[in-house]
Amino acid sequence: MSGGFLTLEGVRKEFKGKLAVDRFDLEVAPGEFVSFLGPSGCGKTTTLRMVAGFEHPSAGTVRLAGKDVTFAKPNERNIGMVFQSYALFPNMTVAGNIGFGLRVRKESAAARERRVAELLELIHLPDKGKSYPYELSGGQQQRVALARALAIRPQLLLLDEPLSALDAKIRVELRSEIRRIQRELGITTIYVTHDQEEALSLSDRIVVMSAGQMEQVGTPFEIYNFPKTSFVAAFVGTLNQLHCTVADAGSGAVAFNGQTIRVGSPIQFAKGTRVLMMLRPEELHLGEEGGDNRLSGKVDTVTFLGGVVRVRVGLGDSNLTLDILNERTLRLPTVGEQQTLSFPPHACWVMAEN
Amino acid sequence: MGGAQRPPQRRLGQWFGVLPFFVFSSLFLIGPTLILAYRSFEAPQGGLTLDNYRQLTSELVLNAYGMSVRISLTTALVGGLFGFLLAWAVSMGGLPRPFRSITTTFSGVASNFAGVPLAAAFIFTLGRIGLVTALFKVFGIDLYETGFSLYSFLGLSLVYLYFQIPLMVLVVLPALDGLKRDWREAAENLGATPGQYWRYVALPVLLPSILGTMILLFGNSFGAHATAYALTGGLFTLGTLLIGQQISGDVLHNPGLGYAVAMGMVMIMALSILIYSLLQRRSERWLG
Repeated sequence: MSGGFLTLEGVRKEFKGKLAVDRFDLEVAPGEFVSFLGPSGCGKTTTLRMVAGFEHPSAGTVRLAGKDVTFAKPNERNIGMVFQSYALFPNMTVAGNIGFGLRVRKESAAARERRVAELLELIHLPDKGKSYPYELSGGQQQRVALARALAIRPQLLLLDEPLSALDAKIRVELRSEIRRIQRELGITTIYVTHDQEEALSLSDRIVVMSAGQMEQVGTPFEIYNFPKTSFVAAFVGTLNQLHCTVADAGSGAVAFNGQTIRVGSPIQFAKGTRVLMMLRPEELHLGEEGGDNRLSGKVDTVTFLGGVVRVRVGLGDSNLTLDILNERTLRLPTVGEQQTLSFPPHACWVMAEN
Repeated sequence: MGGAQRPPQRRLGQWFGVLPFFVFSSLFLIGPTLILAYRSFEAPQGGLTLDNYRQLTSELVLNAYGMSVRISLTTALVGGLFGFLLAWAVSMGGLPRPFRSITTTFSGVASNFAGVPLAAAFIFTLGRIGLVTALFKVFGIDLYETGFSLYSFLGLSLVYLYFQIPLMVLVVLPALDGLKRDWREAAENLGATPGQYWRYVALPVLLPSILGTMILLFGNSFGAHATAYALTGGLFTLGTLLIGQQISGDVLHNPGLGYAVAMGMVMIMALSILIYSLLQRRSERWLG
């Protein structure tokens, strides 16, 4: 565990005896975009603040570019950070804000001006140098905050829920912008978010956190399709969970309401064990053409979401949610209607019941 | 479109709510000021004259204004500085949390403690035979031998500071609370030292509030009358005391001049309030 550009080893943080982060080990490669994803209070921001130097770990080490920075002051780390609240200095113009880091580093006014102009171009706000933060929209302010963090040519960029205060449309626009800039500059980036869509769409790798611990580290594809814990499975994306009993571990069969459901691989639990069978809504199909597994139930709700239509089908005490891609010729199911759902065995996986 | 406009009746209803305020300020602020303005043109023998305003440049009036400005500036600067430091200490100086509520409660009381009771309290403590003066004597220090007098410029300033410092604490504390932690962290993250953060971010952001509050302190001291009168018995020539002497005194009786001096003070106060409001507007935009 010593080859990463940023390495966190056995990091733990306690606040007045209360554990905020525990056993955090991570290596981030140069130029990599890693997201910390988890619900509020899971320790993701605390971990980020330890990397930035605003908090010191109670145990463990933080190494940056081969140097131990565990207890280095924030102003000695050369890390750029973008805050959720933008944290732009209200008494300075946009140019003043972007050039602040260079000013305190005593760079010449000419060099500062050049760099500010370069960054204003990068964030597509070339004419806003003389504006004050209160004259800008939320999205523009966050772009300025990003430019300010990048102006000092940091070795690492940290973003603490930078889009959470913005409306949905701007958020989507800005996240592509962030990814474009990150790729253009090739800067190693840590991104904190509780928004799974943001993490999935932006990251090279995601660290899913819960109750101060890492639940899983992996690419968005791995995290979504092969969750290692029930927390990850439930937190990332929408998930169907059915309480089943193992019918035949070797052939991968479980029993649900007297029906047999085949899962794609052998089950590691003994016959008769109560398990959770999981599958994603997009793997389910209305009708019998979706795969070998079939279940019948009554349509509970139909929710039109634009690109997809979300249908919930009741199966006695349980229910399954499925997403149908919307198209103009689609016949929407009606509430109360009896429907057969089908899905392939490889779409299912099994976990122990908690 | 027409539908977006409020009906006139509703708009009138909204104004009705602030009617008591307008009635009150007309009766006790605008009305008296207009009367004051009119009477400042009255000659002692009757009729209207500009002579009262000509006399504003006399040595007596200029000295009174000068003394009022001096004491107001001194107490605004000293009160502003110590009040700011005290507010900083309770807001972000890391003092135990109860200290903040004790300080703000005390400040609320002390900033309104003025007039005869305040003068009496200081006479009982720092007067010639006051408690503190006596205590100093126990330790071999005779305050009055050192040149200190409660009835001097220094003494009066000290008394004024008793309400000026708490007023500064009360007004500047919300501004200090408005400084966001993120600004400090962003500055640090960009490489700034704590000194650079204060120099480039915190102080410039707070400056409108600090200056605005100091102007408020200036006005507070400039208009003070009862404390100075009770303490010095009118021997001290301040603007407010001169007004009293001209309007109700036996020796210097010239009500017209008194009203003209008062009008001059009204102008200075109005200017102070105007500058305060302008600074406050900027500060609210930054710290709001």
